[in-house]
Amino acid sequence: MTNSEGSRLDAIDAALARRLLEAALSTGGDYADLFFEYRTSADYSYEDQRVKSVGRGITLGLGVRVLKGDATGYAYCEQLDTDAMQRAARTAAQIAAAGASPPPVEVRAIQIPDFYPVATPTLEVVPTEKLELLRRGDRAARAADPRITKVVVSFAEELKEILIVTADGLLYRDRQPLMRYGVYAIAEAGGKRQTGSSGGGGRKGMDYFADRTPEGHGAEAARVALAMLDAVDAPAGEMEVVLGAGDSGILLHEAIGHGLEADFNRKQTSNYSGRIGQRVASELCTVVDDGTVSHTRGAINVDDEGHPGQRNVLIENGILVGYLHDWLSAKHFRRGPSGNGRRQSFRHNPLPRMTNTYLTAGPHEADEILRSVKRGVFAKRFSGGQVNISNGDFVFSLTESYLIEDGQVTAPLKGVNLIGNGPEVLNKVTMLGNDFQLSDGIWTCGKDGQSVPVGVGTPTVKIAAITVGGTQA
Amino acid sequence: MRSVEAQVAELRGIAERAAAAGVRAGAEAAEALVSDGIELSVKVRMGKPELVQEAGARALGLRVFRDHRAAVTYTSDLRPDALERFVAETVELAKLSEPDELNELPADDQFAMTVPELELFDEKVLAIDAKRALDEALRAEAASRAFSSKITNSEGASFGRVSGATAFAIAGRGRQGFAAGYASSYCSLSVEPIADDTDGKKRNGSHWTAARFVASLEPSEEVGREAARRTIAKLGSEKIATGAMPVVFDPEAGRDLLRLFASVVSGGAIYRRSSYLIDRESTEVASKLCHIVDDPLLRRGPGSRPFDGDGLAARRNVVVDAGILHTYLLDTYSARKLGRASNGCAGRGVGGAPHVTTSNFILQPGTTPKAEVLRGLDRALYVTDLMGFGFNATTGDFSRGAAGFLIEGGQLGRPVGEITVSANFDALWRAVDCIGDDLDRRSSTASPTFRVAQMMIAGHSGH
Repeated sequence: MTNSEGSRLDAIDAALARRLLEAALSTGGDYADLFFEYRTSADYSYEDQRVKSVGRGITLGLGVRVLKGDATGYAYCEQLDTDAMQRAARTAAQIAAAGASPPPVEVRAIQIPDFYPVATPTLEVVPTEKLELLRRGDRAARAADPRITKVVVSFAEELKEILIVTADGLLYRDRQPLMRYGVYAIAEAGGKRQTGSSGGGGRKGMDYFADRTPEGHGAEAARVALAMLDAVDAPAGEMEVVLGAGDSGILLHEAIGHGLEADFNRKQTSNYSGRIGQRVASELCTVVDDGTVSHTRGAINVDDEGHPGQRNVLIENGILVGYLHDWLSAKHFRRGPSGNGRRQSFRHNPLPRMTNTYLTAGPHEADEILRSVKRGVFAKRFSGGQVNISNGDFVFSLTESYLIEDGQVTAPLKGVNLIGNGPEVLNKVTMLGNDFQLSDGIWTCGKDGQSVPVGVGTPTVKIAAITVGGTQA
Repeated sequence: MRSVEAQVAELRGIAERAAAAGVRAGAEAAEALVSDGIELSVKVRMGKPELVQEAGARALGLRVFRDHRAAVTYTSDLRPDALERFVAETVELAKLSEPDELNELPADDQFAMTVPELELFDEKVLAIDAKRALDEALRAEAASRAFSSKITNSEGASFGRVSGATAFAIAGRGRQGFAAGYASSYCSLSVEPIADDTDGKKRNGSHWTAARFVASLEPSEEVGREAARRTIAKLGSEKIATGAMPVVFDPEAGRDLLRLFASVVSGGAIYRRSSYLIDRESTEVASKLCHIVDDPLLRRGPGSRPFDGDGLAARRNVVVDAGILHTYLLDTYSARKLGRASNGCAGRGVGGAPHVTTSNFILQPGTTPKAEVLRGLDRALYVTDLMGFGFNATTGDFSRGAAGFLIEGGQLGRPVGEITVSANFDALWRAVDCIGDDLDRRSSTASPTFRVAQMMIAGHSGH
């Protein structure tokens, strides 16, 4: 179950790939690609001061895609024997009705830069070292305060090897390590109970813990849980909101990121459709999607269709300048790929997806931004968000937030939702901090039933008005 | 082509061999779950095929106990020699975890004795080929676009079917063990038309049908027309002013609330102290109108299962009876943690350990016809869509994005959106003051329309 025997994908060579592409294109498809994946994963959980469970998993498979016009034929198999792979290729080929297209004359391997070199993936480190990290996080959270009554610590890791071969004869290999660590704490006092959590990770090795220690996460989870014990009911209605640096980038992800995924724009179902060149945000806003930020959770050396990861500017000083593309939408818009064609696994067909999506730094000091607010909400931590692509309405849920009164951060607020409309809210960004931060690696994005790891980032942001969904009028 | 019985028998054989191999490799007990499914999903858009996906998948999940230490693994490599090696490695892996005296099989006499026939499999589902699936989706989408000229675009229509078998085996040293399997099928059709609003926004609505039996699906054209009706109804949506008012949840939004309620009566949340309903058994947790039942034994039910993920007999549990919390939902582990007996609520997938999972979790319908639920409401909110993740299970604080319609003078009025609805969950359920007779049985968590006396709505600051 270790990875030491070498990649299970080593046996896939150019000649085999060419034969499979031949089968995939045997009915006249315009384009085809092969996506081989070998994924090993492990997880550890620590609860009630003991290692509660250890888990491992292995998946191996091939996804074959055939395109004919805008239509996709897709099939996959979980055995890499010749019969099963040929069958998958022929099944996917059924989308095209007649004729035959020539397979690539030759298949050649393409070298790409590595944005996440990891000498020893955590998956190959002896498990006892990881179990010690769990214990350290648990001890730190408990030591923080006697009111911490329950702690759960988890560590999850994977090593995904992918091999992509396109009908153009390009062959890419990538090795994608990913790890995530988290502490969850419950504080109880005076009949009240609250929770706090802290976590992070990325495409990193054990060196992650040099900067972000288990003690740091344990103490932070405890701090949030304790702070929330004093939480009061949140206000209801439109008001000024200040978003803290880092995880607040979820605002960008929901308010605008999804709406710029080019499948929606190709179909004209997004409210950003046909708006390239127009102002869609305040001129303070420059929004970037960047798959090249080294060792981050959202980084990709190559996307899942064989396009190298890229840095793409989506909004420049408030003007919409680009969308996030997959192969199909790039072809539709007659432009080059942007490196955003991603899929959850070999069982899924690729879609335009985000990588690390962020708002670049602005001119203001974070303090100055807070001081400018008479009465509002300061949002620090989030449990997630969601958007309706068609009308642009989006929500995100705050798990740690505070009232701002006369420029001062005061009472902690009970869990509350913010709701806004993407283009309207981005036009109300009136101040932007100089304290840009990328989130630590915890976020996963869902679309059409497919999950992919992503990153978000932002400096401190002031929004002049957004609806806060509290209970106090 | 072979019979589904033969497929179930084959999977059961694989599961039994894997579990036995675990015991041979030194585990006190081993449990193996094998699933094998064939799926077809198609999507059409603007009258043309967009995606045809077909595949079969087979995988095995394993849990072993050794000296009360647990390991949980999964693999899709089921070749006999590879599987034997995988099982032995899993037993070895268990050494890494620490002993927990609760890691033990249930007693032999607790395992399900029989596997009830719940009519979960329809052979006609597998017979639907890509051509037929595309045809259903195309007809549904065409009907939505033909319904009104206001329908200007489409996110498309999707038809999917999945058909397969699951087998589960438990072996223990000196134990009788358990082995059983069953076949199941499911098919669904959904449509999402789009309309252009005057303010430049686009409006989408959707409708869907799903069932274990093909014959139970709603006609495709009707699904399309209903999706169009729902989309057009949203044209002109606006925020409303912040304020408190009665809220009516339609069955789709009601289902979302019910799903959150299921999470706070789950044994796992209770022993982890992550629920506001800790220590609340036999107390009032909802209004007297509320009866909530988890029933895995419904024939053809979308969430039905003949036995649970610990191998225990599936049983109907009354969770809330006239507002009183009767029981939590418990699997073997959470029951032991709380010092009681499992009530057969373990769910299990190939990828993980068993944990409490609802089956058909249903807010029982009342006797009030839907139109009557609105009667007498001078100004209230009718919620059709909820958005986001705003729920703190530990405190019960609930705050989510919402869209729907204003209710004025007892009638559905103009569409509203970009607002939030908030309340503490404990107060929300106790404030349920009317339940409709229109239970929507399409999904495993199912609700009728119901009304909450008052919630806080956040919108714009004017009036």
